[in-house]
Amino acid sequence: MNQEKPSENPPSSSDGWVRIMNRPEFAQLLVAKRRFIVPCCVFFLLYYFAFLILVGWFPDLVKKPVIGKVNVAYLFALSQFVMAWGMAWLYMRRAAVYDRAVAEMLKKENL
Amino acid sequence: MFLTFVLATLGITVWSARKNTGSSAYFAAGRSIKGWQNGLAVAGDYMSAASFLGISGMIAFFGFDGFMYSVGFLVAYLSVLYVVAEPLRNAGKFTMADLLAYRLQARPVRAAAAFSTLVISTLYMVAQMIGAGVLVSTLLKDYTWITPNAVIVGVGVLMMVYVIFGGMHGTTWVQIVKAVLLMGATFALSFLVMQQFGFDLGRFFDAVSAVSVTENGVETAKNFLDPGLKFGIEATAATGGWGPLDLISLGLALVLGTAGLPHVLVRFYTVPDARTARVSVVWAMVIIGIFYILTTFLGFGAATLLTRAEIGNENMAAPELAHFLGGEAFFAFISAVAFATILAVVAGLTISASTSFAHDFYANVLKAGKEVPQGREVKIARISALFVGAISIVLAIRLQTVNVAFLVGLAFAVAASANLPVIVFSVFWKRFNTAGAVTGLIVGLAASIVLIVLSPSVMGIDGPDVAAAKRHLIQAAPIFPLTNPGIVSIPLGLIAAVLGTLLSKREIEAEEKFAEFCVRTHTGLGAEKASDH
Repeated sequence: MNQEKPSENPPSSSDGWVRIMNRPEFAQLLVAKRRFIVPCCVFFLLYYFAFLILVGWFPDLVKKPVIGKVNVAYLFALSQFVMAWGMAWLYMRRAAVYDRAVAEMLKKENL
Repeated sequence: MFLTFVLATLGITVWSARKNTGSSAYFAAGRSIKGWQNGLAVAGDYMSAASFLGISGMIAFFGFDGFMYSVGFLVAYLSVLYVVAEPLRNAGKFTMADLLAYRLQARPVRAAAAFSTLVISTLYMVAQMIGAGVLVSTLLKDYTWITPNAVIVGVGVLMMVYVIFGGMHGTTWVQIVKAVLLMGATFALSFLVMQQFGFDLGRFFDAVSAVSVTENGVETAKNFLDPGLKFGIEATAATGGWGPLDLISLGLALVLGTAGLPHVLVRFYTVPDARTARVSVVWAMVIIGIFYILTTFLGFGAATLLTRAEIGNENMAAPELAHFLGGEAFFAFISAVAFATILAVVAGLTISASTSFAHDFYANVLKAGKEVPQGREVKIARISALFVGAISIVLAIRLQTVNVAFLVGLAFAVAASANLPVIVFSVFWKRFNTAGAVTGLIVGLAASIVLIVLSPSVMGIDGPDVAAAKRHLIQAAPIFPLTNPGIVSIPLGLIAAVLGTLLSKREIEAEEKFAEFCVRTHTGLGAEKASDH
């Protein structure tokens, strides 16, 4: 049968959810996530819009050739790709830590 | 070539049709897609004709400024990765609205979310179909019976077949096959371009820095690596544009809109859990990133090796480059890949639109969440796929003269202004309530549409010598100066969601459910599980 399996015993009452919500580990997890994700978002948005602003309003600065004919603008554009991959890689590493914390917490709750 | 692809994908459809038992299988491929597979499918869903044909054409004609799109399309995935993919998978079932309706009042929120999903999908789909019509009829111009209209109808019917019979399984595999084909074609083209330069990057960029362009009969050498040929102050002065501000507006719509595109969001329901959703975003970022870096060779290659007259239509840069480098057979291959690209994207859009209609609007708004009989939701989705297909065919035929890029830009702007603020608030803001969600969705949607109608994309005064196909829809001076409304409509959507919440009564029920919702989104507890096969 292709019926969807029932989920693995989620708390049956709203008290159960609140209990997890009030666990210190859960609060720590949220803080840790926020401390990582918010700066990351701020950084990548700043890096990306710095690029747009520089290219848009200060084209003369980025027209300077650096390697052969390849100029600052093109290198800055390529660095955006590297930045995006790097940020994704960092997050993957961090997220593995969060996954472990969640697994441990759920074990304590016998879920 | 076209036929091979069509037959192969129909084969996939027949094979996957047998797996479609139950709504989880039909709408979410039984949540059994692996991380790398979903990564490929996200990439296949996302890299539209606008990317392959549009960006290579834009780089071929405007140099570096075209490459700005490539950058934005990839960086956008960071907001998908950080903000939406995991909460969506953990708290939702089939659609974006599931996430919003989790703790808010289901009927109004789902109705508004389904409406914005349908608007975004239809805009995007019409753009793809118009593109397909122009592309295929130009490619096969020796067969006069293949008119753009015939192609639009053909694409529409094919996609209905994929979606109605193949469901999410079929759509996913069409997208995976297409992603592999497109990457193969892009690598092959880049290889052939570099062969022309003796695999010497230095020689390649030397040529790019001095592209001879004939303007008004005068031949000049332009440095295509320098920005400003499209968004620069001088370049936009002629059309009364605001230059760099348009670039910022576009950047905002791209970076924030991708995380609100319904056809991208539904892909995260096809994997077993949030971890796999995260892995698939990273896979998609690798594939998409490589593809967009390679547009360097496609676009600059066409700019250096071909003259503008040889390219003709801006959207034909990549196929014409293939023609020049690899002859008729390669030209046919690249064209078939472009066609496959359009089909896969259109199929993804259709399934997200029809799922939203069946799951959000029919099951939860019309039937008010009452138990619907087994299989009814899937049946409604199939019927609505038929309607969505038919409406898009009619619209695409009627709107054939409309600029395709503006339709896609509008879809991104609506996604960024209407969907994203509401998704973010419902995940992170406890006080957020139904009134806020509905006003945010409606204001974001309305603001983007109104501003685009008042923009130079729709309004403008054309001289009598402008061809009918290129004339503006409204013959008057544009009221809003930017071609992309993002910079105004996104803040409007955001403010509307905040004000809607703060000015209405606190919703005790929604706030009480926040604990449950919060634990679910962060732990995956109680999330929909994969089904057995």
